[in-house]
Amino acid sequence: MTGSRNSLHAWLLVFPACVLLAAFTHIPIITTFIHSFYSTPRPRRPSRFVGLDNYEAMLTDPIFWKALWNNAVYALTSVPISIALAMIMALFVNGKLRGKGFVRLAYFTPTVLPMIAVANIWLFFYNPQYGLIDQLLKPFGIVGVNWLGTQSTALWCLIVVAVWKEAGFFMIFYLAALQNISPDLREAASIEGTSRWTFFWRITFPLLMPTTLFVMVNAVINAFRLVDHIFVMTGGGPDNSTSVLLFHIYTVGFRFFDQAYAATLTMVLLAILALIAIGQFLLTDKRVHYE
Amino acid sequence: MSLIDHHDTTGEWLETLAAWMLGLLWLLPLLFAVWTAFHPSAYVATFDLFAPLTLENFATAWNAAPFARYFLNTVLLVTGILIAQFILCTLAAFAFARFDFRGRDFLFALVLIQLMVSPDILILENYITIRSLGLVDTLPAIALPYLASAFGIFLLRQTFKSIPKDFEEAARIEGCSTLGVLWRVYIPLGKPIYLAYGLVLVSFHWNNYLWPLIITNSVSTRPLTVGLAIFASPDQGIDWSVICAATLMTSGPLLIAFLLFQRQFVQSFMRAGVR
Amino acid sequence: MTKLTRRTFSALALTTPFISTAAIAQEAEVRMYFPVAVGGPVTKIIDDYAAAFEKVNPGIKIKPVYSGDYIQTITKVLTAIKGGDVPETAILLAADLFTLFDEDVIVPIDGFVKTDADKAWLASFYPAFMENAKIDGKTFAIPFQRSTPVLYYNKDAFKAAGLDPNKGPSNWTEMREMAKKLTKKDASGAVTQWGIQIPSDGNTGWLFTGMTTGNAVRLSNAKGNQVSYDDPKVIEAASNWYDLSRVDASHPPGIISWGATPRDFLEGKAAMIWHTTGNLTNIRQNAKFEFGVAWLPGMRQNGAPTGGGNFYVFKGTSAAKQEAAFKFIKFMTQPDIAADWSVKTGYVATSAAAYATPTLKTYTDGFSQAIVARDQLQHAVPELTVHENQRVTKFMNDAIQATLTGAKPAEAAMKQAQAEAMRVLAAYK
Repeated sequence: MTGSRNSLHAWLLVFPACVLLAAFTHIPIITTFIHSFYSTPRPRRPSRFVGLDNYEAMLTDPIFWKALWNNAVYALTSVPISIALAMIMALFVNGKLRGKGFVRLAYFTPTVLPMIAVANIWLFFYNPQYGLIDQLLKPFGIVGVNWLGTQSTALWCLIVVAVWKEAGFFMIFYLAALQNISPDLREAASIEGTSRWTFFWRITFPLLMPTTLFVMVNAVINAFRLVDHIFVMTGGGPDNSTSVLLFHIYTVGFRFFDQAYAATLTMVLLAILALIAIGQFLLTDKRVHYE
Repeated sequence: MSLIDHHDTTGEWLETLAAWMLGLLWLLPLLFAVWTAFHPSAYVATFDLFAPLTLENFATAWNAAPFARYFLNTVLLVTGILIAQFILCTLAAFAFARFDFRGRDFLFALVLIQLMVSPDILILENYITIRSLGLVDTLPAIALPYLASAFGIFLLRQTFKSIPKDFEEAARIEGCSTLGVLWRVYIPLGKPIYLAYGLVLVSFHWNNYLWPLIITNSVSTRPLTVGLAIFASPDQGIDWSVICAATLMTSGPLLIAFLLFQRQFVQSFMRAGVR
Repeated sequence: MTKLTRRTFSALALTTPFISTAAIAQEAEVRMYFPVAVGGPVTKIIDDYAAAFEKVNPGIKIKPVYSGDYIQTITKVLTAIKGGDVPETAILLAADLFTLFDEDVIVPIDGFVKTDADKAWLASFYPAFMENAKIDGKTFAIPFQRSTPVLYYNKDAFKAAGLDPNKGPSNWTEMREMAKKLTKKDASGAVTQWGIQIPSDGNTGWLFTGMTTGNAVRLSNAKGNQVSYDDPKVIEAASNWYDLSRVDASHPPGIISWGATPRDFLEGKAAMIWHTTGNLTNIRQNAKFEFGVAWLPGMRQNGAPTGGGNFYVFKGTSAAKQEAAFKFIKFMTQPDIAADWSVKTGYVATSAAAYATPTLKTYTDGFSQAIVARDQLQHAVPELTVHENQRVTKFMNDAIQATLTGAKPAEAAMKQAQAEAMRVLAAYK
């Protein structure tokens, strides 16, 4: 279907979407880049070109490095754990299981709840005196731990919340993939006397690779994007131990109103996302990614 | 295929147990929140099985903040985004799937950038844009950055591409215009995907927090998530029972809808993710 | 409410200067951003005040906008202003004075003060509250809901521990001793009641200012461009705070939630807490035990920070609207309303005249806890009020949190905070 008339039609069809995408994704990326080289405009001091000053300030900002480190820990921990759990859940739910519907419901429910609501509930749980966690661990002798108020545990607590929320969501993708695996394979394997474990590792796991890749990219993006629970549970503390990049950007941009520095930080975040995108592209089998 | 070996009943029981334990563990937070919400504040710190039930927390929460308005805002917002995205993404996906024009692949690649960089990432710049449009603190402002969705375009393009060309040719022979073909052939055939996509969309935007937080200032535009966050951060002191009640209220609709339409929900999420 | 309206009316009739008809000819809408979560008992009180004002001022419509906590509110206000949507007035932290000034969004109140009655009104506020409302002699803010932190203590717990329930700790050392006696453990060694609990998330710096003032040191200067985080007495204060959990084991370890602390107190999980006097009414209504209120126990002397919110008037609205806002501010801060507000919330009433009203006289006669905060005013200093307040304060908050979690020794943490703060403040010298 070629021809200038059809070309015109095509352009008309994509026009509205493209305008909006340009306005809220592409152009902001460019303006972020530009703003990172200027100072923040203030009433008594208009914006001026400062070259790499903002980047220098960022490199010497301990909170930036802490946020970056936290984000890395957060992503590198929550992602594998969510994926592993999601796979396990899918395997549980896919087979013969009594009360399959209930179990699937239990796994998936956290996904439909808003993160901000989830965060409030978990904030209550982590209360050192009478929260659910405290009450559950009492018989084991672990009492009165200030989960969210201790630097060494706070970030892990947030990771737990994230995993709890996301694993069920990823389970669905694995379920879909599992159902596409022919049962004949299992039959053939059992005839040959292959153990379950071998079957899983040699056949199932590799067949799930495309899904794993898809889920992994989603999970990593979410690890950088989903910061709602930080607002409610720790506010970035104690001492920035739960601050991550996007949260720091929010603080700098909307609490300190430092536009230039927020733009600089955003550039780092964009660079990371770009790296992930490139990584995904390189790792992906073209056959899987596009059809 | 499952982990369960049909000949190993002990294994099967262990498996079932493990799955159930995990399920219970997963539901525990929600159950605890429900328990707290239905019992008076006095029982917040003590787990007394025979504590009196009460609806007072819900009443307090409902009266304490204009949740009715927040509900309305959220419903309007999500509906608006749903309709707009369906239209915009369908049109764009159709063009990418069935038209061959110069710069198409490059344009599509540009579109895909939004898969990685959601509008939340660029909050400050997007805020400035909305501000210069004079739309701060309006419902459309919350929706605007999300109206064109790379995810939607990607998904629908995939769907349209998988529909055999014969259908379109048949329609063309009958004298259908381009839009007519879209309306008569592609959209109806893509219905299951639309359902899936719609559910993902509703779920995402009902639960969205950061962007609405920044762009709204007043009750008349605030959605549920922001309303809940503000409600739960009092200067005076936290009442857990009321907060649990409020939390349940705000997640309630989605939760109930999910419980009722569980099968469809799960099926459609699965469809949306396949590939 | 009728009683109040009648009284208000007569008070207004006596004190309000003659209003020119031109000013009330057109209906002016005055929007006030108010830092409280929407709904709840406080919004009802404010709505009632607004209605009372409108009754006596036809032609002015008051529209309260409830916008969350102080941080959320100033974010909302500045966001709105930058969006071209300037509200007429707002209640914001007194400490935000320089931030608002630097953003060039507020106007001096002096410009509206013309008559003798107005001048008397302006002079009637407690000096402790006015200290961080002025820049270069010009007044930019009017106190409304001011507070100081106080020490709440559980009288029943005191009795059980063999302490005199009618006397709170009079200094830091005494507080330590009492806290050690009040800490109770169960059979397994877990603490069921902490002797003392001082919150350290969010409002960290405010309570810390109580400690530093009690240690005879000031954290910032009047010009708002200098801080002294690394003063040895400041470091000592931070170190002492940490010692409560590290050495005495009478204070819960780690960072304590500001919002959860009153509930912990009411649940009997903490025998003594430091919290805002603004919580007095809440605690009074919900405590199932007798409780006392005491001044903050100081390390070397008595000391407390002032806190809470002031009225500000914003630049960029019409002269008529600004006048209307000013009128509203005068109404809200007159002795009768100030007294009523203090009774209903527990905030300190902002003028001696307010305490002289029958409302407060009867109230404080029956409930002496209510004047503790007011009496503490003589030893009060403003909380940290500097340029780029949010940012500079956060450096200190982070340092305190690092100290309290044992991540850094107090000296290292505070010195780092000082360096970072002065780097930001250097631009304002």
